[in-house]
Amino acid sequence: MVDFRLQSARMTAALTRILGLHNLALAEDVVQDVLCRSVELWKFHPLPDDPTAWLLRAARNRAIDLIRAERTRLRFSPDLALQSEWTLSPTVNAMFSESEIADDQLRMMFSCCPPNLPPQAQLALVLKLLCGFGTSEIAAALLASDAAVEKQISRGKRTLMRAGALYEVSGREQIGKRLESVQRALYLLFSEGYHGSHEPVRAELCREAMRLCGLLAQHPACATPRTLALLALMCFHAARLPGRAAEDGSLLLLEEQDRSLWDRELIRRGFQIIDRSAEGEELSEYHLEAGIAAEHCSANSVRETNWARIVQLYDLLLALRPSPVVALSRAIAVGELRGPREGLDALAALPDRDRLDEYPFLPAAEGRLHLRAGDRAQAAESFRRALALARNPPEARLFEARLREADAPTCARPS
Amino acid sequence: MPNFLYVFRGGMSSRTFSPKEMQESMQKWATWIQQLTKTGNFKAGDPLESGGKVVRGSRKVVTDGPYAETKDVVGGYLLISAANLDEAVELSRGCPIFDNDGSVEVRQIHQM
Repeated sequence: MVDFRLQSARMTAALTRILGLHNLALAEDVVQDVLCRSVELWKFHPLPDDPTAWLLRAARNRAIDLIRAERTRLRFSPDLALQSEWTLSPTVNAMFSESEIADDQLRMMFSCCPPNLPPQAQLALVLKLLCGFGTSEIAAALLASDAAVEKQISRGKRTLMRAGALYEVSGREQIGKRLESVQRALYLLFSEGYHGSHEPVRAELCREAMRLCGLLAQHPACATPRTLALLALMCFHAARLPGRAAEDGSLLLLEEQDRSLWDRELIRRGFQIIDRSAEGEELSEYHLEAGIAAEHCSANSVRETNWARIVQLYDLLLALRPSPVVALSRAIAVGELRGPREGLDALAALPDRDRLDEYPFLPAAEGRLHLRAGDRAQAAESFRRALALARNPPEARLFEARLREADAPTCARPS
Repeated sequence: MPNFLYVFRGGMSSRTFSPKEMQESMQKWATWIQQLTKTGNFKAGDPLESGGKVVRGSRKVVTDGPYAETKDVVGGYLLISAANLDEAVELSRGCPIFDNDGSVEVRQIHQM
């Protein structure tokens, strides 16, 4: 089956490379036109044997026609041999090879993440140009309004085009800083899917982040230990997506999840990649987060989890990249390792605790520890606070279930 | 069985759709037409290119067109066979064009 979203992103990257970054809008028009025409045709007639190849061929032919008609009037990519009739077709054909399209997507990815563009705007651009999302789909994914996304994208495109040409992904040394900002954007894209959005956007965003990170991991200059650690981290998290929600869409706690639903193949892949990411000196935040996720993936239950190792990894992560959410996760792990009282102490001692005032998982974590300590009244009180802070229906259902448990006459969790 | 012509107006263009919306719209149409094919009602059908020419009057004046309102522009046609006009109308109800504010004109082909 043909995937219009994916192919639109691939065609946009290839056409932008051929027509030049300054003709980005023209490239997008060509893609829209190619897709529209094939949709009209395929509404009435059966799909060709290879619809993807058909689409790419149509885009390639449109590019050749366009250049032929406009080359005296418009300027295209000056480094490509597009002026002579002898070289035009072969040049454009070559630009539509699989490996060129992969490289073009990398160029586009790097171009979307310039340091002077805020991360949220980078995400919107990546979703638009590399994932083929429409404005309202981006708005739904990023929990923003259509108008805000529209503005972000048009502003983002202006910044992007000011670079003059697509970012050239050359040697590891030259791309260093920009690669980090690309990794950050992909990490955010994945997190947005993992934590922020609703089903089924969630799985789609995670898949897209993994696809783009996979492109990075296939390029010799971009496949750094950090990139591999990031990809491993995504594998471990994505593997656990199938068990994360109940049938009614409400979120499940780690201890409630049916681990047989976890994707063993993805976990296996995660371990393979994390092994490769260990070559080299660097221990990045992605290595540490992947390490934590790997511990969860290799344990058979919450009880059999290596919490000592997890607390240790959180300590390293906090030293590297202090954040209240990471500190909260560490406190929860301490509770698992040393018991609910110590967990509650760790929560009380969180640095920058006030920054988590609006974060429902802080009172929720307190509630669970109170419950395990046998203090049901305190637990119910905490879950009520979590419920009041819930940001979406799945979260609300999760906290409602906890609250019922705390209010129920018998203790649910013996530990 | 008599033949009928479906004339589709408006609701055809996916110009403002996202790639995913286009794909969904295409799949709905394909499913509807497959259904009509399976039941033996489908005979032929095509989308029409936008724009064209209109030739008019004894002097055969050619103008660009049709410049009707978007909702009145014919975007495609389908030829189907059905027992009678009622059945042809009934079958048209499955057309995805109604999701996008379009219309279907159902006309019986004149038979001798």
